[in-house]
Amino acid sequence: MSKPKPKIRKEVVPMPKQDPKQRSRNFNEVALGYTEEQAVSEAERCLQCGEAQCVKGCPVEVDIPAFINLIRERRFGEAIRKVKEKNSLPAVCGRVCPQEEQCQANCTLGKVGDPVSVGRLERFVADWEREQGYEIPQKSVPTGKKVAIVGAGPAGLTAAADLAKLGYGVVVFEALHKPGGVLIYGIPEFRLPKRIVEAEAEYIGKLGVAVRLNVMVGKLYTLEELLELFDAVFIGTGAGLPLFMRIPGENLCGVYSANEFLIRVNLMKAYAFPEYDTPICVGERVAVVGGGNVAMDAVRCALRLGAKEVRIVYRRSMEEMPARAEEVENAEEEGIIFEFLTNPKRFIGNERGWVKAMECKRMRLGEPDESGRRRPVPIEGSDFMMDVDTVVIAIGRSPNPIIQQTTEGLQVTKWGTIVTDQNGKTSIEGVYAGGDIVTGEATVISAMGAGKKAARAINEYLMNKK
Amino acid sequence: MHKIVTKRELVSHINLFEFSAKEIAAKTKPGQFVILKVDEKGERIPLTVAGADVKKGTITVVCHEVGKTTRQLGSLKEGDCILDLLGLLGKPAEIGKFGTVLCVGGGVMVAPLHFQAKAFRETGNVVIGVIGARTENQLIFEGEMREVCNELYVATDDGTKGHKGLDFLRDLFKERRIDRVVAVGPIVMMKTVSELTRPFGIPTIVNLIPIMVDGMGMCGACRVTVGGKTMFACVDGPDFDGHQVDFEELTARLKMYAPQEKLAFVFHEKGERSL
Repeated sequence: MSKPKPKIRKEVVPMPKQDPKQRSRNFNEVALGYTEEQAVSEAERCLQCGEAQCVKGCPVEVDIPAFINLIRERRFGEAIRKVKEKNSLPAVCGRVCPQEEQCQANCTLGKVGDPVSVGRLERFVADWEREQGYEIPQKSVPTGKKVAIVGAGPAGLTAAADLAKLGYGVVVFEALHKPGGVLIYGIPEFRLPKRIVEAEAEYIGKLGVAVRLNVMVGKLYTLEELLELFDAVFIGTGAGLPLFMRIPGENLCGVYSANEFLIRVNLMKAYAFPEYDTPICVGERVAVVGGGNVAMDAVRCALRLGAKEVRIVYRRSMEEMPARAEEVENAEEEGIIFEFLTNPKRFIGNERGWVKAMECKRMRLGEPDESGRRRPVPIEGSDFMMDVDTVVIAIGRSPNPIIQQTTEGLQVTKWGTIVTDQNGKTSIEGVYAGGDIVTGEATVISAMGAGKKAARAINEYLMNKK
Repeated sequence: MHKIVTKRELVSHINLFEFSAKEIAAKTKPGQFVILKVDEKGERIPLTVAGADVKKGTITVVCHEVGKTTRQLGSLKEGDCILDLLGLLGKPAEIGKFGTVLCVGGGVMVAPLHFQAKAFRETGNVVIGVIGARTENQLIFEGEMREVCNELYVATDDGTKGHKGLDFLRDLFKERRIDRVVAVGPIVMMKTVSELTRPFGIPTIVNLIPIMVDGMGMCGACRVTVGGKTMFACVDGPDFDGHQVDFEELTARLKMYAPQEKLAFVFHEKGERSL
């Protein structure tokens, strides 16, 4: 029954994108998504390997060859069902996962040409389903047991969906006024439209998960109180505290943490001020300090908010930047200026307390440090001034401390992350944790993987518990 | 959704609200604040809690109409709802047995000060109250404060009622032993009080509510310099040592969005929402 296979094309089907000139002035999504024809054509490139290496690279274990084969056969409904057996946030993952380091890094075809674009295909089927209307899977037999999830980010939502499918009564507690965590407050509209996050969260609601917003666990309810009401608890509170540089002038007006900048723009929709009430101040010359995905997001938001000269200021070089290559490329296309091997030393304010300049030092790369990347070393006498009206500090985030501070007996590392075993079990019986709160700042998909593992461990624990 | 159970206009443009918020009411303590968002497109604003009724399941806030959101809130009626209310933010005020506590409040913040003053009195302190306003007809909570304080002084900026300004406190500090001063009000008032107590070495606690977005330590908009260190008012405060606070920086940061606030207010008054 196998058809004669056409010759495999080595080149990936390109993703249609908004023109850089146009998109640098709007918040609409940059990548436009495959059409059915493009998706089928890309799916046809998949070699359908016997022992699929791509699956090994997927933190949530999606059966990649199977769903791609269904796309090839134009059975899109079955394809998305296949993805959703493992992944409850496919429209999100198809957009923001670093596939180039995961599934696609392992693709056999990648050894001779471009790897199959698993992410774009995942996005395609997820978007296809959203347009058709979601299919709600049949509910399992209720177990009669209840699980509380703290934090409605990628880890929490994944754990919630998996546990609901297994028949648990699941309540998610979220401190913000919208579910999604970093997906809603951090990642910008042009990379991940909020209606998609809302739709995926809604789908999880349809699985029977209850989401309670504006409830900060550790404050309104302690973990101990939750344990009286629920049979198990999963903590997925993330890494949401901004790190600052601790250099003079950092509290001047116009200096933002990346978190504040992105929360205003994404969660509060400051780009639509005054239709939305939350304002943001972006001057003509903006400097974003940092080289990760958050820095790329902030810098591209600043450009879209009307800034004229927008810079990334990074203390190492292009090679060491932790940001995804795709996002760096997008930023370059849009006209972002990159100041490599540069580090701010202090901020200088005007008479009204607003930042007007940044004194910087040039750096050179020395010996590799513990991260394996070459350590930046300041070059003596290289100080110079950079005129700026707005600065965004995007040098990382640390774990949210509130639950750790208010829970006795919860083992925590010196970095403030929660100690768990490989399945997410913490030092307190019945309490599991996963995502950035355990690993420190990482990716959406690794948090989802942790949520999935923890859900499995919670199921085992509750099944064995008398 | 949180229902407005009670709304009472205290003086022109200053309203007292009781919001239905059973879980917050059960646990909220003096000195803490809530963040509310009126509707889908609204901003998140912090308001210090002025009281809680566990039985009724309500919390009290008093709000001065100074901008778009507060004006919008002021236009709501009993029975109306606000969309979001996040509670139990900030550390509670330290209500110890100190001896004689002087509680100074200004403007709309006299209401949350009352919540603290009451707690100090119930803990066995002698409580001297000082309440102030710009002018006589802006003064709130005089009766309530008189009830919980052993003594009460009134001051106005223009001298239309009670003392003119707060300079009279200097004499009070000379004559009386005061063990602790708590100042809750506008920045300029808290700064003045801190300067007045400094030469006398009286521990002075100020309650800071800078601009903030999430209120749970994520954005860092509310950072203040205290004793040379950067603190987040939302999680490290809102109470700080008034002698250590960099009020100048705080004042500048509070004005950061003044032009946008003005614009939003004008649009609101004209009944428009977009350009």
